[in-house]
Amino acid sequence: MSNIPTAADSIPALTGSSDIAKKKRFDVGLVFWIFTLWIAITVLAAIFASLLGLQDPNQGNYDILNQGPTTAHWFGTDDLGRDIFSRVIYGARVSLTVGFGALTIGMIIGGTLGMIAAYRRGPVDIIVSSASYVMLAFPALVAVIAIVAFWGHEIWKITIIIGVASIPLVFRVVRAATLSYATRDFVTAAKSQGATDWRIITKELFPNVLPAIISFYLIGVASVIILEGALAFLGLSVQPPTASWGNMISESRTYLSQNPWLVLFPSLAMVFFLVALNLIGDILRSTLDVQESQL
Amino acid sequence: MTRFVLRRLIALIAILFCISVGAFFLIHLLPGDPTVTILGPNDTPENRNALLKELGLNLPLWQQYLTWIWNVLQGNLGQSFITHQSVSKIISSAFPIDLELIILSQIMALGFSIPLAIASARRPNGLLDRASTTTSFGMLAIPPFILIVVLVLLFSIHLHIFPGPGSYVPFQQDPISNLHTMILPAIVLMVGSTTIYFRLLRADLIATLQQDFITVARSKGLSDRYIMWRHALRPSSLSLLASAGLNISGLVAGAFVVEYLLAIPGLGFELVNSIQQVDYLSVQSITLFVAVVIVLINFIIDFLFTVVDPRIARE
Repeated sequence: MSNIPTAADSIPALTGSSDIAKKKRFDVGLVFWIFTLWIAITVLAAIFASLLGLQDPNQGNYDILNQGPTTAHWFGTDDLGRDIFSRVIYGARVSLTVGFGALTIGMIIGGTLGMIAAYRRGPVDIIVSSASYVMLAFPALVAVIAIVAFWGHEIWKITIIIGVASIPLVFRVVRAATLSYATRDFVTAAKSQGATDWRIITKELFPNVLPAIISFYLIGVASVIILEGALAFLGLSVQPPTASWGNMISESRTYLSQNPWLVLFPSLAMVFFLVALNLIGDILRSTLDVQESQL
Repeated sequence: MTRFVLRRLIALIAILFCISVGAFFLIHLLPGDPTVTILGPNDTPENRNALLKELGLNLPLWQQYLTWIWNVLQGNLGQSFITHQSVSKIISSAFPIDLELIILSQIMALGFSIPLAIASARRPNGLLDRASTTTSFGMLAIPPFILIVVLVLLFSIHLHIFPGPGSYVPFQQDPISNLHTMILPAIVLMVGSTTIYFRLLRADLIATLQQDFITVARSKGLSDRYIMWRHALRPSSLSLLASAGLNISGLVAGAFVVEYLLAIPGLGFELVNSIQQVDYLSVQSITLFVAVVIVLINFIIDFLFTVVDPRIARE
């Protein structure tokens, strides 16, 4: 039996189109790598913020209130004399944790359900799909605001709430992406060789759906970062003095006319990061040719 | 056709039922005590219990739900616990504001994105196309709250062109100043819609222009302008329509950040307020109302689909 290759070997995941996809994959352009580098730098700075020798983000200094950028304080200081550069980097922690964390929760639960539903079809699919339609019809923002308002503003609670709210959407996207592969020949081949459902989902379907998932993941993270910012404006994100990009932009409104630097730097940090996420997601999607019409 | 409509209607009722249950239990199962909001934190337990009885909150949850939904079906959306205003009154004063914002922002968005998409699709990868595609990408990444803060800083604080936050005037009272205050929020809401509409329509137009019937029209000697408006636009506008539906339903209560920041008393503003005040009946009833409006918008969009492409109705 050893001379019979497994379905995964004999019929490569991207039958026929794999060569094209590979050739295209290397041809993403310089812009792609610049923005990937930017995301990497932001993520690393957020993770290792405490090792960077920054000033304490919550330590005020009443001698230097509302200063513009100086050599000592690159981004200037805020209304309590805190270093804005340090706050922007520490603030990235909150925005990134909520963004990546929530989408990861949504991906793990919604993505798994989506692949199972698309592969098994039948009653499982009908039940989960109907549930997702009902959840999608419910005004999600209302639910998120209500639950955050009552349950609490800790960063892990916000992450879980938004993560759960993202499940139905992730489910629909992953299900649609999986559907187009679930009836293909290489799946039938694997089945006829006696592969278990688990093996087919993880080894045959998952690698094919991955490109669609990655680009949706990145664009989803961008939307969640925006949502966290919106919650901050309603006073429903992490509480001051903890910095988050949304918090900082929201707080800057009070001193808008005296000190426009307050709004500039956290906004730039957020917008650059969002542009990078959207752009990478978009380039990946068009390069790996995920058909949007199937969603 | 009758069967189709009937099946849609049953599905709609089922969805609305689920939403009513969801809205009710969501808010009742969450921690939070309306008596604290109404009486303050220092009142006696006896007064609290009396108030709970008065509001009907001492009954079992399912009984409260049935009472509420029975009243709603008879057109009575209940009263706010805090202001004693009837919820129908809150909605009837708040919803027109959202309607105005939606109409203003969507007219601007469509008026901007359709000509731009047509001009860009005429020469894909031309100078205009690349410039507008890149700009739209950047705009897509600007969250509405940053846009508001920046626009307020620029237009209200520095240039004094538009009034700042908190200067809302009802339309009936003074239509001119009302429109004046609504332009800034409408611009903020427009930006998000415009970028999406432009990207979708441009992509669809480019695809349509490569089809055979366009080549035929060209070989007949029709002008580019005529082909674009009479032949290409209609079959290319389906995704635009779908996303307009999504956007508009999203704006019904989703403009809350804009409304909250500029103190415009629309539905989103009222909803956030009611949530923060643990005002059960207002939250439930407004949520249900928003859901009904969204369902209706989807219904209209589905109908418009059949107008744009009559083949859809025949299937």
